[in-house]
Amino acid sequence: MEQLTRKANVFFETPIDLRGRVLILIASLLLVATFFLPLWEISLYSNQFPDGLMVGIFSYKLEGGKSANRDDLKEINALNHYIGMRPLKEEDFTEFKWIPFVIGGVVLLGLRAAVQGKMSKLVDLLVLFTYFGGFSLWSFYYKLDLYGHDLDPTAAVKVPPFTPPIFGHKTMANFEVYSYPDWGSYVMAIFPVLLLLAIWLSVRASRKGKS
Amino acid sequence: MKKTLVIIGALFLAALLLYSCGGEKKGRTAGRTDVRSDVQEAAVKTYVAPGDLDKYYLFKSGGHSGQVYIYGVPSMRHIATIPVFSPYPATGYGFDKESKEMLGGFTWGDAHHPALSETNGDYDGRWLFINDNANNRMARIDLRDFKTKQILGPMPNISGNHGSTFVTENTDYILAASRFSIPIPKGTYEKLEDYATKYKGVVAGVSIDPKNGAMALSWQVLMPPFDYDLGDAGKGPSAEWAFWTCYNSERATGKLEVTSTQKDRDYIAAVNWKVAEKAVKDGKAKSIGGAQVLDPKDVEGLVFLLPVAKSPHGVDVSPDGKYVIGSGKLQSITTVFNFEKMQTAIQKKDFSGNEDGIPVLNYDAIKDAEVNVGLGPLHTQFDDKGNAYTSLFVESAVAKWKLGTWEVVDKIPVAYNIGHLCASEGDTKHPTGEYVVALNKLSHGRHLSVGPSQPEASQLIDIAGEKMSLLYDAFTEPEPHYAQMIKADKLKPIEVYSKEENKHPKAIWDVKDAKIVRNGKNVEVYLIAVRSSFEPAKIEVNKGDKVTIYVTNIEQTTDELHGIGLAEYNINVVVDPGETKTIEFVADKPGVFPYYCTNFCSALHQEMQGYLLVK
Repeated sequence: MEQLTRKANVFFETPIDLRGRVLILIASLLLVATFFLPLWEISLYSNQFPDGLMVGIFSYKLEGGKSANRDDLKEINALNHYIGMRPLKEEDFTEFKWIPFVIGGVVLLGLRAAVQGKMSKLVDLLVLFTYFGGFSLWSFYYKLDLYGHDLDPTAAVKVPPFTPPIFGHKTMANFEVYSYPDWGSYVMAIFPVLLLLAIWLSVRASRKGKS
Repeated sequence: MKKTLVIIGALFLAALLLYSCGGEKKGRTAGRTDVRSDVQEAAVKTYVAPGDLDKYYLFKSGGHSGQVYIYGVPSMRHIATIPVFSPYPATGYGFDKESKEMLGGFTWGDAHHPALSETNGDYDGRWLFINDNANNRMARIDLRDFKTKQILGPMPNISGNHGSTFVTENTDYILAASRFSIPIPKGTYEKLEDYATKYKGVVAGVSIDPKNGAMALSWQVLMPPFDYDLGDAGKGPSAEWAFWTCYNSERATGKLEVTSTQKDRDYIAAVNWKVAEKAVKDGKAKSIGGAQVLDPKDVEGLVFLLPVAKSPHGVDVSPDGKYVIGSGKLQSITTVFNFEKMQTAIQKKDFSGNEDGIPVLNYDAIKDAEVNVGLGPLHTQFDDKGNAYTSLFVESAVAKWKLGTWEVVDKIPVAYNIGHLCASEGDTKHPTGEYVVALNKLSHGRHLSVGPSQPEASQLIDIAGEKMSLLYDAFTEPEPHYAQMIKADKLKPIEVYSKEENKHPKAIWDVKDAKIVRNGKNVEVYLIAVRSSFEPAKIEVNKGDKVTIYVTNIEQTTDELHGIGLAEYNINVVVDPGETKTIEFVADKPGVFPYYCTNFCSALHQEMQGYLLVK
């Protein structure tokens, strides 16, 4: 047991080498990029909309597909009102307030880890980020689930409460609905990978240095 | 793969047509058997598979229906109707305040000659102009949303605006002219016996604002009381000129069929609009009826007359602008004037007479050829290979002839009595030479019988090859007088008005803002139409109240139109996605009146309704 804690202490004391620091820096900067990229995309296809109605979920906003002849978000809300679903409105998503705030925090912590070069700080960051990612996903899932279950009882078309798909494909009435992560999420997924890589490189370097 | 399917589909259709035609021959009594096509070839060339799009837009004037009809070429399918000079409940045109004001109290017009706007002599796809032969108006249709945006007129001094609306090569002006000379200004009485001296013809230019297409009265030219018929603007070297044919140079009245056909020649009037523009600027115009009118006696070089075979109809300028082609519909020749020779004759003052001081150019000095096209030549269009196509009314045929050598190289019969014809971009500097549409005046026997009131017939002719070939018959409501055919990709239409571009001061976008505001006897209703309800669904007023409804369709998706029909109040307005319209009426009938969505919108369209209660 003592050996284990000692090993852990050694690990947490491991300095992060230059390559690792650069990787953390890159990872943090990449995270900034997620502000400009949609994290998730939900698309709905039907005979009436062969080109698909699209909604992109950003860290701070909802963005429906927009062309000269259609505003997809407006259209989805217009269609959803028949089953008594509340209109998708940015104001209803507290996520759009705290997610960007947390991302900002994670970026700052990333910069701190890169500057200080301490393994413990890096592990903190990784754990925090994993928790944040998991919680965000759950939060969105919960919100969509709420939308699908909080249906107006006076709606013209009565449907049993449902959970819109958060990952994958679902047939809903005349629509084929697809929900998949988008570029923002892919970039976000690279973040922990780079951090792990930084850890691995630093641990390997320190072992080499000792032997 | 898709292409193969299309070909297989087309062949299948062709086979089907072949089969049905074979079966039909036995029992067929009506129809002209010589006006036939190679069925298989024609079917493949005109078949536009489901989901595929036509290559050209064809805008046909609707004559005394007052409207413009849109067809796709080569399928010849009628796609839509644009209401212009007559109310059209199908789109709510003429029922809302805005379009009612534009129509100015008229319930019909005689839409004759559509003209697409041009840049450097080629269609630019911005606007379509059309004239009203009856009420002396001009209309501008915006091709961004295919809506009539402006109606100018009734214009002062112009009576029977037939020789209209031809555009100059950069849409500086659209032309207007009097077919029925009258004493001017309007409101003046003169005895018909004094027609030859006291009645006046007028030819005119209406200026176009290059930014927004707004039409405004510009110059008018006082002319002898002839009947000005058709026009065309010059191109290239002749760009500064406008041409009109005229009949009745006899200045006769009464039975014109006889009285106006006594002389062998009538005229083409050639007006230099640059000179007209300058003369107005120099203050040489007199204000008559509110228009700036130029007397040719006061302005040298403004107008010249070209003698042409009697009772001419079309005057058409070749794509290179070098030839002016006039067709006298009682003869078998079409006359080609050389623009350069015309200029020389003007410089040398080679005149053979004058009419009210307007010089008549020496026919032999300016004529290049008399082309023996056939009986009753009417109107000429062009292709990209130096050929001209002239419609022959009496002969019921289209003659193809070569510019320069003046030989007739092909002729195709049509059924029956072709009037105008329209070639693909055929009146521009760069015709595409793919199709000609023969706009026939009579259609008997070409369609399933629909009783005595008959549609008109249009025939699509392939002109891409050496020989012309008939492709398709199509029908239209009375009565197209001319058409414009433009490549589909030149148009970039919208299908939804964005919230941002809605400038109606009373537009609202949230059902929470829907309201009824009473101010004495004036009741203003801010109404929203959105799937599938009206907000408010109840409007309560007192008998005699003046009711104004501002109805906004807040949809932002294509094809989500809503209508609002008010029963027994003679109101039906259709609002497009993102549009706001104003409805005004006096609630003079007491009782309860339903209003409902007239333009299908959704599964609960039927439920989209409300009540007007008049106490």
